[in-house]
Amino acid sequence: MSTTTRFSGSSSRWGRKVVILGATSGIALEVERQLARRGAELLLVARSPQRLAALEADLLLRGAKQVATYASDLASIQQHAQVFDFVRQSCPEYDTVLLAYGSMQDQHDSEMSVDVLLDELNVNFVSAAAILTLFAADLEQRGSGCLAVITSVAGDRGRRSNYVYGSAKGALSLFLGGLRSRLHSAGVKVITIKPGPVQTPMTDHLANAARFAEPGLVARDIVRALGRRSPDVLYTPWFWRYVMTAVRQIPEPLFKRLEL
Amino acid sequence: MPGQSAASIQRKPAATLRTDRYLSWGRYPKVAHRHVHQPAWNDEVPALLKSAAIASLLPYGLGRSYGDSCLNTERELIACRRLDRILAFDESTGRLRCESGVSLADIVDVFLPRGWFLPVTPGTRYVTVGGAIANDVHGKNHHCAGTFGSHVHQLGLHRSGDGLLTCSSQENPQLFRATIGGLGLTGVIAWADLELRRVAGPWIDAELIPFNSLAGFLDLSRESDSHFEYTVAWLDCFAGKCARGIFFRGNHSALTEKKFRPNRGRKIPFALPGWALNRHAVKAFNALYYKFHAARKGVSLVSYDSFFYPLDSIGHWNRLYGKRGFLQYQCVIPETNLAAFEELLDRIARSGMGSFLGVLKRFGTVPAAGTLSFPRPGLTLALDFAMRGDRTLQLLGSLDEVVKENGGALYPAKDARMSPALFEASFPHWRSFVPYVDPKMSSSFWRRVTESQ
Repeated sequence: MSTTTRFSGSSSRWGRKVVILGATSGIALEVERQLARRGAELLLVARSPQRLAALEADLLLRGAKQVATYASDLASIQQHAQVFDFVRQSCPEYDTVLLAYGSMQDQHDSEMSVDVLLDELNVNFVSAAAILTLFAADLEQRGSGCLAVITSVAGDRGRRSNYVYGSAKGALSLFLGGLRSRLHSAGVKVITIKPGPVQTPMTDHLANAARFAEPGLVARDIVRALGRRSPDVLYTPWFWRYVMTAVRQIPEPLFKRLEL
Repeated sequence: MPGQSAASIQRKPAATLRTDRYLSWGRYPKVAHRHVHQPAWNDEVPALLKSAAIASLLPYGLGRSYGDSCLNTERELIACRRLDRILAFDESTGRLRCESGVSLADIVDVFLPRGWFLPVTPGTRYVTVGGAIANDVHGKNHHCAGTFGSHVHQLGLHRSGDGLLTCSSQENPQLFRATIGGLGLTGVIAWADLELRRVAGPWIDAELIPFNSLAGFLDLSRESDSHFEYTVAWLDCFAGKCARGIFFRGNHSALTEKKFRPNRGRKIPFALPGWALNRHAVKAFNALYYKFHAARKGVSLVSYDSFFYPLDSIGHWNRLYGKRGFLQYQCVIPETNLAAFEELLDRIARSGMGSFLGVLKRFGTVPAAGTLSFPRPGLTLALDFAMRGDRTLQLLGSLDEVVKENGGALYPAKDARMSPALFEASFPHWRSFVPYVDPKMSSSFWRRVTESQ
């Protein structure tokens, strides 16, 4: 049906090979769909083999050139070496890594339990920094590629309602700042992605969740950032850049009194 | 109040804020739900069903049912939209397996470029596969293809008691028939196998023919049904007994070369004030619509989206009816009782509450796929009425009398107000459906039409 492909709505083919860490997270799902539509090759890492199988079938039918999957719990740092080896073997010429996993438990639980606190810090920061270190070394040696990492606007300022998640994401943003600077001369891009609240399973339990950004919109910004003119720091939706600039200006003596 | 900080607003129970967008397409009735579950994966559904209370849940797709059949007042919904994976496709047979939250728009977007189209499509593509099955929807090709459910070969159904069951005409056949047209009450559809049909491209050879009477419509239908796959008519219901309208018929075109540009469309940004669609505006619209189309009578080549989904190009068109919303009225009456339609149109014309879009279609004789399927031999008429309180309800009540006297039936997917007696008259065997209702499921519609019986 070569004559009818013209109305498929698919834009130009996109020969990228993207590794997605946390492939079944709400934002990642939308990013993968948009990449599939452009004919990208995808390598998906997530915990559940059943979910990965459903996802693989879906993305192939929606236009992905190739999909490989690997089931692993990325919160467990011991498994990182195997994940990394799998990527190198099954898709040695991958050019982009998108880290999209995270966890947001009820803040109150991590105030009451050090175990929950450490879990949150580990998933959102320690494990992320660990696996990024493996990929960073590989890309640095190669002298090309892109590391895109989803952090959060919550990491821009410590707020009473969400500072555990926020501090982990803030630490991750700092880590990426340094990594970007280190990899710049090697020709490797590092993109810090800071979404505002998004409608995903991670945030369903929050009040006002219906007013959060649509994941499809956020994914569109991310896919665009993975393209040619990539920004160092992407706020999505765009207005969060200005909101957070303002929030950062509030002096601490005043900020500590705000019920944010 | 200035003393109220943003934080105190945030402390409102999440449910009241979370669920306010879960309405039906008619935006009437406006109800609150206690909670809306949004599973993203089928493996989350069994635990959700297990922990729920008796008669507390109802699956919800894209909310395109017009009345209260997709609502569960003060109880809970399972929003299925995130269950939207396409699981398998066989290029040689057109057999598709997908999760229940996949929309028909998704299917068309993915498969039309490969030369496949929906076997049956309703007047909007923004419905889920689960919703299309649960309402056993029909389209302009009912006279040759039957309903959506007759193209479903197999489905996976989450039941609160028995886990995930496979249902088909061989396996759990009664449950299969109950689920088709079962209004979501038999469980949560996990996945479905349906058969797409081959098409050459996105074009339809369409023909418009004006008609000036119901008998004229019926003649056109009878003449067209054998060699046109799609037939439907628009009716000017302000014209009263001398019903005039436009008959649309068409077939998939063999043309493949012509370049196709998808119609991006506009949307209605907010609800119009209630007075905007007054009788003069609607009457004028109907007259203009008739003149415009009558002037374009004859054969033309049109794109599939303007032929099947003219209203999809106006996003949120339901907002035209204002904050109070609107009611749809869709009935089917045996075609031997043509006088019944004249009586209906006469009562509507006399009330002065005529409708924008009167749609008339002659159903075929294909046997119903589901236990509670609505389509049956006869003529079906669908009308919109802006909600104007008791006046509107009284008019629809008086239409009910005509439908009932003439052996007709009303369509649950469009209804927000039929009486239990009319439901019984429409679906005399509904009690044989009851054993297949999942004990954890219920809906506002179901309680309304069955609980007093």
